[in-house]
Amino acid sequence: MNALFLALAHLRWTWARSLVLIIVGALILSVPMVTQVLLRGSEQALTQRAEATPLVLGARGSQLDLVMGAVYFSEDRTLPITRAAEDDVWDSGLALPIPLHTAFQTNGARIVGTSLDYFDFRGLTIAEGRQVALLGEAVLGAQVADRLGLGPGDTVVSAPENLFDLDGVYPLELQITGVLAATGTPDDEAVFTDVKTSWVIAGIGHGHEDVVTADAEGNITANAAITQFQRITPDNIDSFHFHGSASDYPLSAVLVVPYDTRSGTILRGRYLDPENPVQMTVPAEIVAGLVDRIFRIATLLDTVTLVIGIAALGAIALSLFLAWSLRASEIETAKRLGAGRFVIVQLAVAEIALLLTLSAGLAAALVIAVTRNGDQLVAWILAL
Amino acid sequence: MIAVRDLTFAYPHGGFALNIPTLSVDKGERVGVIGPSGTGKTTLLNLVAGLVQANTGQVTVAGHDLSALDEASRRRFRATRVGFIFQNFALVDYLTAFENTLYPYRVGLGLRLTPEVRDRAQALAEACGVAHRLKSHPGALSGGEQQRVAICRALVTQPQLILADEATGNLDPETKEAILDLLFARASEMGATVLAVTHDHDLLPRFDRVIDFANLRQPA
Ligand SMILES: Nc1ncnc2c1ncn2[C@@H]1O[C@H](COP(=O)(O)OP(=O)(O)OP(=O)(O)O)[C@@H](O)[C@H]1O
Ligand SMILES: [Mg+2]
Repeated sequence: MNALFLALAHLRWTWARSLVLIIVGALILSVPMVTQVLLRGSEQALTQRAEATPLVLGARGSQLDLVMGAVYFSEDRTLPITRAAEDDVWDSGLALPIPLHTAFQTNGARIVGTSLDYFDFRGLTIAEGRQVALLGEAVLGAQVADRLGLGPGDTVVSAPENLFDLDGVYPLELQITGVLAATGTPDDEAVFTDVKTSWVIAGIGHGHEDVVTADAEGNITANAAITQFQRITPDNIDSFHFHGSASDYPLSAVLVVPYDTRSGTILRGRYLDPENPVQMTVPAEIVAGLVDRIFRIATLLDTVTLVIGIAALGAIALSLFLAWSLRASEIETAKRLGAGRFVIVQLAVAEIALLLTLSAGLAAALVIAVTRNGDQLVAWILAL
Repeated sequence: MIAVRDLTFAYPHGGFALNIPTLSVDKGERVGVIGPSGTGKTTLLNLVAGLVQANTGQVTVAGHDLSALDEASRRRFRATRVGFIFQNFALVDYLTAFENTLYPYRVGLGLRLTPEVRDRAQALAEACGVAHRLKSHPGALSGGEQQRVAICRALVTQPQLILADEATGNLDPETKEAILDLLFARASEMGATVLAVTHDHDLLPRFDRVIDFANLRQPA
């Protein structure tokens, strides 16, 4: 008990050193567990969502990029396809096509332009407010709403796609009409709008003459030179219209939901031709390959973690040893005051035991925190 | 209290040898030890405290023949019977002054920290004039204050023998006198014997007796 008392007093006196040791110790203990939790969680989330997404239609190219972009709304992008591809699926009568336009972002969240079918397909429900109905309206994923502290009645502005956009296409202010219930999937990290609204952002659809533009402070102005974004209002909404042939409008991908297994097989067969600029992928297959690769890398990572852990333990041991040589005079005094033969050992053991206990406590808290918020963390990682 | 007979001592790997045919100190006596550097004054204190063992001869302290005690008993003897005061105060930097006075009870063999001990430490601190500094760490105390705390630490176990090794060596002349007065006053209250090495000839008149190592070294 006395050794514990002295050890605690010493740790408190050298609190900065103790804090560093405890944090390093906690990291050594928790990092392997946290990676395991996140890996397993990611694997599950990836696999579940992939298996819940029968087919994805997109531009020929990297199948992985196509699946990551269309299923998880990640940064990965393939070339856009046209709306004609969606129409083809409709016309086949074999599957339900759900358009996806994922080129834009707002406040770090992906703007997903789609149809109402998407919400039914993913089982997304409105937790607050209402579904989008008009051009320029959007609903927020649960995490986005939480992070930005926004809800129905607020607005978000789409990020300019590129700073040197000279087409006169301004970012669009989106009216938030609702917030989706949390699902622990990438849907929580996205902002949903009608695909037509995405086309407005892309500059394909636009209003005329009386389009109201506003600057960052919300001051409405007609001077295009200083306008920051455009806003769709009840007054100008009717003037919005689209140019060109509807079948040429761009889509990032199309989710394809076959009416039955046989239809799916038939449909897939139609896209096997490598000359076809459009390809049909099975997300479950792509993701299975990805997960397999991730786990092979993870084993390598475990080895690296082990080596770093050993090195860090060595550094901790050195730091403890150096601290002990600073205490040589105390030990000498203790000896003169009649300390037992093992006083040094007792003090050292007490101090290491305390450090370990505190590190383990912190590590446990970390692991518990990560486990508790595993779904959200995984969703966030997958949205990166 | 202390009886030394036919003592010879030499460090295992040193040329130094100490030779004391006879030396005795009575209970309650206050004995000063002087002598040139390197003549073995600290060594004598170590012998009396049982920190080192005589090669031949006998060292008896408070009725214990130290050479007859085993290692653990000598440690227990030191913890319970002897109080140490050092030139460099030797306080523990990470403990408060109060916890420093209780330090023997944290490490010493055969000592148990009880509420009475805490009361005694508090009373000693008041008697030594450091009661208002007990919450401070040694780094925040003056040299005189540190040595007062060290005296409290030496006396809190109610030792029968107080060994002081140049206890006033690091202090200014006025503080020296005050510290020595304090030590003597508290020691005589407890009836403790004091064996104090000093280089300070001004302080010698205060001792009951002075042992001069310059003479002791001469062959008998
Ligand atoms: N642990 C040791 N091992 C070997 N020799 C030692 C050891 N400790 C002290 N000595 C030697 O023993 C001799 C006496 O040392 P001691 O410390 O007793 O002298 P002292 O009278 O206290 O001197 P000072 O007045 O300088 O403190 C010195 O020559 C010293 O070098
Ligand atoms: Mg000495």
